[in-house]
Amino acid sequence: MSCEQRTENLHAYLDGELDAAGTLQFERHLAGCAECGATLAAEQKLQKALQSGGLYENAPKGLRQRVVASLPALPEPKVRRAGEWRWAALAAACLVGAFLALQLFSDIGGRSRQSVVAAAVVDAHLRSLQPGHQTDVISTDQHTVKPWFDGKLEIAPPVRDFTADGFPLTGGRLDVIHGRTVAALVYGRRKHVVNVFVWKGGDEESLSGAGEQQGYHWMAWQKDGLNLVAVSDVSAEDLKALKDLFLKE
Amino acid sequence: MPDREERARFEEWVMPHFDAAFNLARWILRSRADAEDITQEAMLRAYRFFGNFRAGDARAWLLQIVRNCCYTFLQKNRPTEDVSEISEEFLKDDRGTPETLAIAAHEREQLAQALEKLPTAFREILVLRELEGCSYKEIAAITAKPIGTVMSALARARQQLRSGLTKPVAPVVKETRLEL
Repeated sequence: MSCEQRTENLHAYLDGELDAAGTLQFERHLAGCAECGATLAAEQKLQKALQSGGLYENAPKGLRQRVVASLPALPEPKVRRAGEWRWAALAAACLVGAFLALQLFSDIGGRSRQSVVAAAVVDAHLRSLQPGHQTDVISTDQHTVKPWFDGKLEIAPPVRDFTADGFPLTGGRLDVIHGRTVAALVYGRRKHVVNVFVWKGGDEESLSGAGEQQGYHWMAWQKDGLNLVAVSDVSAEDLKALKDLFLKE
Repeated sequence: MPDREERARFEEWVMPHFDAAFNLARWILRSRADAEDITQEAMLRAYRFFGNFRAGDARAWLLQIVRNCCYTFLQKNRPTEDVSEISEEFLKDDRGTPETLAIAAHEREQLAQALEKLPTAFREILVLRELEGCSYKEIAAITAKPIGTVMSALARARQQLRSGLTKPVAPVVKETRLEL
């Protein structure tokens, strides 16, 4: 590996963007190269500072409502006047742009098998984002959240707080997926919400692997006879990190 | 113009990314007040052209529109600001050993100032990667750049940010806003 390649590999490694072979190759190099080790440590430090530095700025309260209120409500009959040709030209330009965007994104949309279970899980995640729907029990303490589920479900969901690893537990609730009551553990990831749905495994309602739907990533796994699915708008590698934390327990 | 059904789809698919839209606009424009206006404009535009969005990554689709609106705004309202695209010259590496940093000691304010000092093209990539958690592929789609360019720009942006943090940061006039 040349020096040039190493720099980019180091960043791709830091961002979890190397494939398995690339990761292995880079880690092998890392083991014998103090310089790359020091660079990686410095980059990790910077990354951590940026991600946990409180830099994410949410929209001010009220802006969302103002925007929703300003959206035109109903279709209007089109009567084109001379002056509107400028808008027509703009619209045409935007169509071309949107077409190019579709080209870029079509491989994502076309590839995803719209699994029914995945769709139900993403729907449940979206519902949870509505105000007041996220948590029935609000607590960052796993010893408060875990007993809350007692007697409400036939399973005991694995409630763990991963604050030290960047996934603070914020609470839990009961949710319904396909008519089945499931546990939903709610985690924070930077300013994003991650739902981890848990239900009893061993039937047809299981999900495996990972995917993307409506701009949300999901990642599913099984452990101790339970089905677990994490859903969020964070990146796939963030979900992978959370899955690994659960599997490590 | 979308009908009722389209509107419900829009609220379901696009509105969850409202904060992402605002955050990106705020960091590209370096102003919360301007970001409010541009977020509103971008959401309206996204709504108008939502019919063109079929499936896939709604966040990336929206952020692409936000970014375009930001750049149009900058060209019109702050023509002196450097919004040049990433060029070869930009990416020329003056590689040095990584400075040892005590970033932990840096306050949010210092991080924010150092980030704001970066060229816009670098700042937006860092924000998409570190704050928004976008993958390289998503960043490439949002910024309309090849993945290779995203990768080298990200490496360069981090390097510049690090050196910005090691030098003493001159105090900048803080944006003051009247809370009404």
